[in-house]
Amino acid sequence: MAMTFCKVLLYILLAPILGGLMEGIDRVVSARMQGRQGPPLMQPFYDVYKLLAKQTTVVNSIQILFVIAYLIFTVFTGALFFGGGDMLLVFFALSMSEVMMVLAAYSTNGPYSALGANRELLQMMCYEPMILLVAIGFYEAGGSFMVNDLVNVESPAVFKIPGMLIGFLFILTIKFRKSPFDMSTSHHAHQEMVKGLTSDISGSNLALYEIAEWYDEVLMMGIVAMFFITKNPISIVVAIVCCIIFYLMETLIDNIFPRVKYIVMLVSSWVVILVTAGTNLLILSVIN
Amino acid sequence: MKISKSPWVLHYDGSSCNGCDIEVLATMTPLYDVERFGIINTGNPKHADILLLTGGINAQTAPVVRQLYNQMPDPKVVIACGICSCDGGIFKDCYNILGGSDKVVPVDVYVPGCAVRPEALIDGVVKALAILEEKRVKVKESMKQGYCTVDYSKIAVRMKAEDYDPTTQYDAVLTEEALREQAEVKIAQTNKPAPKPAAPAAANAQPAAPKKDEGGNA
Repeated sequence: MAMTFCKVLLYILLAPILGGLMEGIDRVVSARMQGRQGPPLMQPFYDVYKLLAKQTTVVNSIQILFVIAYLIFTVFTGALFFGGGDMLLVFFALSMSEVMMVLAAYSTNGPYSALGANRELLQMMCYEPMILLVAIGFYEAGGSFMVNDLVNVESPAVFKIPGMLIGFLFILTIKFRKSPFDMSTSHHAHQEMVKGLTSDISGSNLALYEIAEWYDEVLMMGIVAMFFITKNPISIVVAIVCCIIFYLMETLIDNIFPRVKYIVMLVSSWVVILVTAGTNLLILSVIN
Repeated sequence: MKISKSPWVLHYDGSSCNGCDIEVLATMTPLYDVERFGIINTGNPKHADILLLTGGINAQTAPVVRQLYNQMPDPKVVIACGICSCDGGIFKDCYNILGGSDKVVPVDVYVPGCAVRPEALIDGVVKALAILEEKRVKVKESMKQGYCTVDYSKIAVRMKAEDYDPTTQYDAVLTEEALREQAEVKIAQTNKPAPKPAAPAAANAQPAAPKKDEGGNA
């Protein structure tokens, strides 16, 4: 019990630092890929500090509630996961947090926010099936939905569900809002829809949103790490190395692909999910 | 930590010849790479700290510039890029040119040049950052006095069609204080029991329409 509490506390305290550093690394590596020097590593922290110092304009006061709820639900989801809770509950809470952000965007009544919210819903439609399948895949591989049991297995889950990992890495691009699929909100260049989801969110609200994104990134990398972690403590090192490789891969994809239309995203993500995760699940259920 | 480590820029072209705009974009390229200073070119006034204006501002872009300025949260600074934006430049005598950004919004830094060089532009932004830091202190003080606590949702909800007057909408640059005063007046008005001065006139006007309908039916 005390152990679980410690893990949750560590997550709540360290995840924003780790997430911010991950984003900083992403920006520096992106810049180097484009032949630039790039911002300092701590730039995401400077950004959030500045946003907290700025005046917050609120279009509709309920949007504050939704943005805070987004942060709380994301932290709650991560706490459940790193505390060793139920995978299914983790993913349901994750969907809930996303819905909160969509509601925050809709509540502003701005055309760009509404457009961003619509696109965010489309993105959810693309990645939600995969996220549910990952939970089922872990159950088939490890015989439990509890994260605590799943990390105490003999052989890493990736041996049994490699297709799930490929599918999950594919939707990770959508989840991280990286380039071929950064439809709902764009991190870098402004586009036809200004900032999409966060167009009407400013000042400290935007800072809360950024912090929630950091928590979310750490959670997602935690799920990737779960594919590699076993009873053996060395597997944790392997998992961290794999996470770093996959994260840099996402940065590379972000830099080399142009944004696609929503229909391409929908079709490609569902096809990838069906081919990789679906086949994997089928084979696994036949073997079992 | 200073807030000037992360200035987000909003660039607006107020009827320039596009020379300065190309230079503004050139500062974003790998050669000059302004992201070194944490500068991001956002397309969103609500996220921006610095408003980069190019061109001499004509009658059509003036309301847009004012609105962008009003939408930016405090603290904010405005940079006029290029000689046209500073005072109108060679277009100064044109019938449609207002003659510089400072005719419509308060400008903090003037960066002359035709077109403005990226080095000069970066220098201007760095000067603007010092001003941004000063303004931030001022905003912080005013926040302590409970001054930036306007709930804009109340304005939005209580606004009626007759409140909206397109002729006066862009008359002045709305500072935070002016917005607050407007909001307070509006809220105070809507809290009063609504007087109905136009009621007799409406009563006279209304019966006319149904009569026509009845006539049509008959």
